[in-house]
Amino acid sequence: MLEFLQQLINGLSLGAIYALIALGYTMVYGIIMLINFAHGDIMMVGAYVGFFSIAVLGSNIFAALIFAMLSCAALGVLIEKIAYKPLRNSSRIAALITAIGVSLFLEYFTLFLLTPQQRVFPEAAFPLHKYQIGGLLVSNKDIFIFVLAVILMIALQYIIKRTRTGKAMRAVSLDREAAILMGISVDRTISITFAIGSSLAAAAGVMIGIYYNTINPLMGIIPGLKAFVAAVLGGIGIIPGAMVGGFLMGILETMVSGYGSTLYRDAVAFGVLILILLVKPTGLFGKDTGEKV
Amino acid sequence: MLEVKGIDVYYGAIHALKGLSLEVEEGSIVTLIGANGAGKTTTLKSISGLLRPKNGAIMFKGNDISKVAPEKIVGLGISQVPEGRRVFSTMSVLENLEMGAYLRKDKKGIESDLENVFTRFPRLKERRKQTAGTLSGGEQQMLAIGRALMARPELMLMDEPSMGLAPLLVKEIFEIIKDINARGTTILLVEQNANMALSIANRAYVIETGEIVLEGTSEQLINSEEVKKAYLGG
Ligand SMILES: Nc1ncnc2c1ncn2[C@@H]1O[C@H](COP(=O)(O)OP(=O)(O)O)[C@@H](O)[C@H]1O
Ligand SMILES: [Mg+2]
Repeated sequence: MLEFLQQLINGLSLGAIYALIALGYTMVYGIIMLINFAHGDIMMVGAYVGFFSIAVLGSNIFAALIFAMLSCAALGVLIEKIAYKPLRNSSRIAALITAIGVSLFLEYFTLFLLTPQQRVFPEAAFPLHKYQIGGLLVSNKDIFIFVLAVILMIALQYIIKRTRTGKAMRAVSLDREAAILMGISVDRTISITFAIGSSLAAAAGVMIGIYYNTINPLMGIIPGLKAFVAAVLGGIGIIPGAMVGGFLMGILETMVSGYGSTLYRDAVAFGVLILILLVKPTGLFGKDTGEKV
Repeated sequence: MLEVKGIDVYYGAIHALKGLSLEVEEGSIVTLIGANGAGKTTTLKSISGLLRPKNGAIMFKGNDISKVAPEKIVGLGISQVPEGRRVFSTMSVLENLEMGAYLRKDKKGIESDLENVFTRFPRLKERRKQTAGTLSGGEQQMLAIGRALMARPELMLMDEPSMGLAPLLVKEIFEIIKDINARGTTILLVEQNANMALSIANRAYVIETGEIVLEGTSEQLINSEEVKKAYLGG
């Protein structure tokens, strides 16, 4: 039992990270029906911005987070304007291929610019402490990641449910034409969606830096893929689905590594995904007409 | 107030409106009647800016609005109650009404308009926390009308508000339209239900395959042999 709880705790912080990334996938899908395959790479850029603001500018972890989130919000908006907007009325496959292109561009441009060399997240920015609580081992990193992710998710939920902008996002995702008739600017709403989704990814990137200690230009690929799977698991386009899917994915992964082998963890995680989707193709929270933002 | 001047609208190669013109005088109810596929919805979407005419102009209070961005049209004083209601299904009734007032900043005015909508449609008030998708067809139509009213429009475009409703509800909706007009909102009403539409309208246009084929006062059209044959079932 204790072992199980320990794995659960380990899984929560990883799951929180996946959930944050999954939210961006699902929000963008909800509003323009595009799987933004560059999303994991935006997370990677966020990790680097966080790294450089700590290592070069000497910022503390919070300043690094804010800096990363703002930069990636701008990057996300820019990517949408340059790469996706011109294709808004083209076939979905054209946009999807473009997204893969943007993903490769971000990866290889970063490789070229920063070399493939791993960077070590400065220990000083976040000194590790471990606490023994009733036989369970909890680190301050786990707590930090989990609490911050939950705060960000609550903030997101507030924006979407309560603010005028959030309501506009939901309206556009439900019925674009009707939203325009209300006076809502679709362009602006899509930009905001990319900004929010990308800034959550950036936060996740900094968290991954803290969690694994090292970052590299290709670090966005696997977590990006897993977060995408998490979003599908929860029901693509459905926000609470992405959160639950992300946590499930993280917990599952640590459970498999803890009880089985790290060798199998990805295979098992993806296997479970396939099983769930066989039983419920629209994902855990999916309805035939679910809310999409 | 509104003057559509010879607009041509295309869907790709399909020529949906062929030099269509019509006029809506301030304070009146004007109806545009015609069979399914004649181009009624296309006409309203062009006025709302969702479709761009290739030629012609759409004058509203003296300005050509045919090149104005579609999300700006409602701010000029034109709201649309779209065909099929198009309420935001997973948003609450109250949120739907708030979206109608999306561009407005006058909090007090919005509050009082909300009260007016709730007075007009008590059923919406009872269900204001409920999601719009769970409402009945008639309630959704009322919500779509209420949502359009929340913009405090000078001109309201209504696309087949009676569609799919039971006869009693249709009557109720038409009473509401008359009342909205009596309180100062000009109305352009698109209908297949020619009988009902002509009974409340001041002027009417008949559209066939993208062209206006008849126009006149409602009385003139009710008594016209062509209209009787084609649209009034006799
Ligand atoms: N999105 C579209 N793409 C292609 N053709 C369309 C589209 N919408 C409408 N049409 C065509 O334009 C014509 C007018 O349609 P519409 O304005 O919807 O008619 P109405 O509202 O009078 O029933 C019809 O022939 C219809 O098939
Ligand atoms: Mg129609």
